[in-house]
Amino acid sequence: MGTYIIRRTFDLLPTIFVVAVIVFIITRLIPGDPAAVMLGPQASVEDIEALRENLGLNDPLYIQFLQYMGNLATGDFGTSLTYNQPIVNLIMDRFPNTLILAVSALIIAFMVGVPAGIISASKQNSLLDYSVMLVSLIGVSMPIFWLGVMLVLYFSVNLGWFPATGMGTLDDGLIPFIKHLILPSITLATIPMATFARITRSSMLEVISQDYIKTARSKGLNEFWVICKHAFKNALTPLLTVLGMQISMMLGGAVLTETIFSWPGMGRLIVDAIDKRDFVVVQGTVLFIAVIFVVVNLLVDIMYKVVNPRVNYTTSKGGTK
Amino acid sequence: MSDLLLKVEDLEVHFRSSSSIVKAVNGVSFTLNKKETLGIVGESGSGKSVTATALLRLIPNPPGNITGGMMLFEGTDLLSLSDKDMRSVRGNEISMIFQDPMTSLNPVFKVGDQIMESIRAHRKVSKKEAKAAAVDMLKLVGIPEAEKRINMYPHEFSGGMRQRVMVAIALACKPKLLIADEPTTALDVTVQAQILDLMRHLQDTIDTSIIMITHDLGVVWEICDKVIVMYAGNTVESGSVKTIYENPLHPYTWGLLDSQITSEISNEEGLSAIPGSPPDLREEMPGCHFADRCPYAQEICFSAKPEMVEVEEGHSVSCHFQTKNTRLQRKERVYHG
Ligand SMILES: Nc1ncnc2c1ncn2[C@@H]1O[C@H](COP(=O)(O)OP(=O)(O)O)[C@@H](O)[C@H]1O
Ligand code: SF4
Ligand SMILES: [Mg+2]
Repeated sequence: MGTYIIRRTFDLLPTIFVVAVIVFIITRLIPGDPAAVMLGPQASVEDIEALRENLGLNDPLYIQFLQYMGNLATGDFGTSLTYNQPIVNLIMDRFPNTLILAVSALIIAFMVGVPAGIISASKQNSLLDYSVMLVSLIGVSMPIFWLGVMLVLYFSVNLGWFPATGMGTLDDGLIPFIKHLILPSITLATIPMATFARITRSSMLEVISQDYIKTARSKGLNEFWVICKHAFKNALTPLLTVLGMQISMMLGGAVLTETIFSWPGMGRLIVDAIDKRDFVVVQGTVLFIAVIFVVVNLLVDIMYKVVNPRVNYTTSKGGTK
Repeated sequence: MSDLLLKVEDLEVHFRSSSSIVKAVNGVSFTLNKKETLGIVGESGSGKSVTATALLRLIPNPPGNITGGMMLFEGTDLLSLSDKDMRSVRGNEISMIFQDPMTSLNPVFKVGDQIMESIRAHRKVSKKEAKAAAVDMLKLVGIPEAEKRINMYPHEFSGGMRQRVMVAIALACKPKLLIADEPTTALDVTVQAQILDLMRHLQDTIDTSIIMITHDLGVVWEICDKVIVMYAGNTVESGSVKTIYENPLHPYTWGLLDSQITSEISNEEGLSAIPGSPPDLREEMPGCHFADRCPYAQEICFSAKPEMVEVEEGHSVSCHFQTKNTRLQRKERVYHG
């Protein structure tokens, strides 16, 4: 297991390299002169030329590439002109906020969605099952923007229970911090919660009809134990896949949720950067998010192995038979 | 105290679907004494597994339900037990092993844990004691290097070894009754013989009764004391193995015997020499369930249902023409036309 993790971690390096190359190419493929775009229509030719020189855009492409890779290797993601700050600082500023929102949304989604799916599957075709499925169908197709606005209108404007926008800091105390967190978390949690419920239900249904569940019952175990231990652990694999996807997506920044609630996270950073045509920031954050995807993927692969002993050590994902 | 362990009477199990009711088991009766082995034979779909599952009250509900009958186990009707009391019977007093050892062990738990779980569900023992008991069980079922094997997962075992593990799980609490639902059907012929040997040997070691479900009469002759022949949810013939071996009376049993000879000649498993297929269990049948396929059928067979009649001591048959006073003449290899 230990060697597996180490080997898989080294496997990440080429992937990250390829991602970096792709990000580099894409930003160079964007039509138009980035310097001109950044400075806007009023800029003089001299200003644009100065910025081009500054950004290294006048160097041959391979020099630019080597420069970029060299910088990356030393942990330098570049410096934003609009923010006048190293990209690393911008990301380190925003990423914790995104992380807080994502973690609390995931906790809500998991704590509600997974048990709902389990109960639904163990009472298949009951009224309860149908209700859970209906609610989760509404959940997955929920327009997040609309939901966020409705939550704000009702709980902030009408009832005044929670602040409408912004993020509290822990310095203000735990209660205001949590109050700021609740509405955005629920908004962000809705789709994953419904997705978890549906995936859990369908994979539990598949597992519950297996022979080993009958074996577990024939041993005299109680039904709770049969479902939560014997069935659930077998149903985890598809759930982990979806969980990994959701985590990656959330950590990349929840653009809609962060916009509705003015949450200072990664999503807003990217949107603002695109708005301001700050391509250095776009390049740096996209690369950062890509790295997160890759790392989360690795963690999910490791989790597969933890829950499923049949996954082969020599390949990344083994068959089940 | 009598030797009687289990008495099943008129067991009925029905499965309900939106449009119909499948009468999977329709009045099955038998008795089983302590340390005895009862065989249940019949083609696939005749209700053997459902009967076995009903004994543990594990019929999935919905859609299934035990709609009638009695299952007296040591004098107590299992149907009258609370869910909790029934759980303390399962795996403890009555255990079951299944047909396919490749799917009946949980793939994500260690073999040892799966044995220990069985023990700890019914005995107040420490983890360490349960582990020692699990190792003992593995040794008992003939798995070498038990101490090491206990930490392995099912996929690291061969089919035969997995079935041995299932036997270890089933016998861990020394049950009074072991139900084996076609335990060798999915295995190679040589392994089949080993598993049967093991079961016979362990039956003597821990004094358990066995219900052996099979579609292979050879298995019955080899290890059973008594046998019931099932067809379409009914018992059609029952008696001691000796009687039925020497004097089979029901036309369906004759068909099974012929098909067994055919499969031995052609070496093909499960090949049925009885033409036609079992009846649709959703339909109400006024006559003998076997009438459509029976070479001896007369008009009465389609209109009146034959009762189980004791035609000689300890030998019952349900056929209009096999009674205390009348006998059908068995035709030679009639099922081959
Ligand atoms: N879960 C179920 N739902 C509906 N019908 C079932 C179910 N289980 C078994 N049956 C029906 O019961 C009948 C007997 O099945 P079974 O006992 O498995 O036969 P076998 O003798 O091969 O073990 C079959 O016709 C089958 O269709
Ligand atoms: S009752 Fe008739 S149909 Fe049924 S087994 Fe006897 S002869 Fe055949
Ligand atoms: Mg069966």
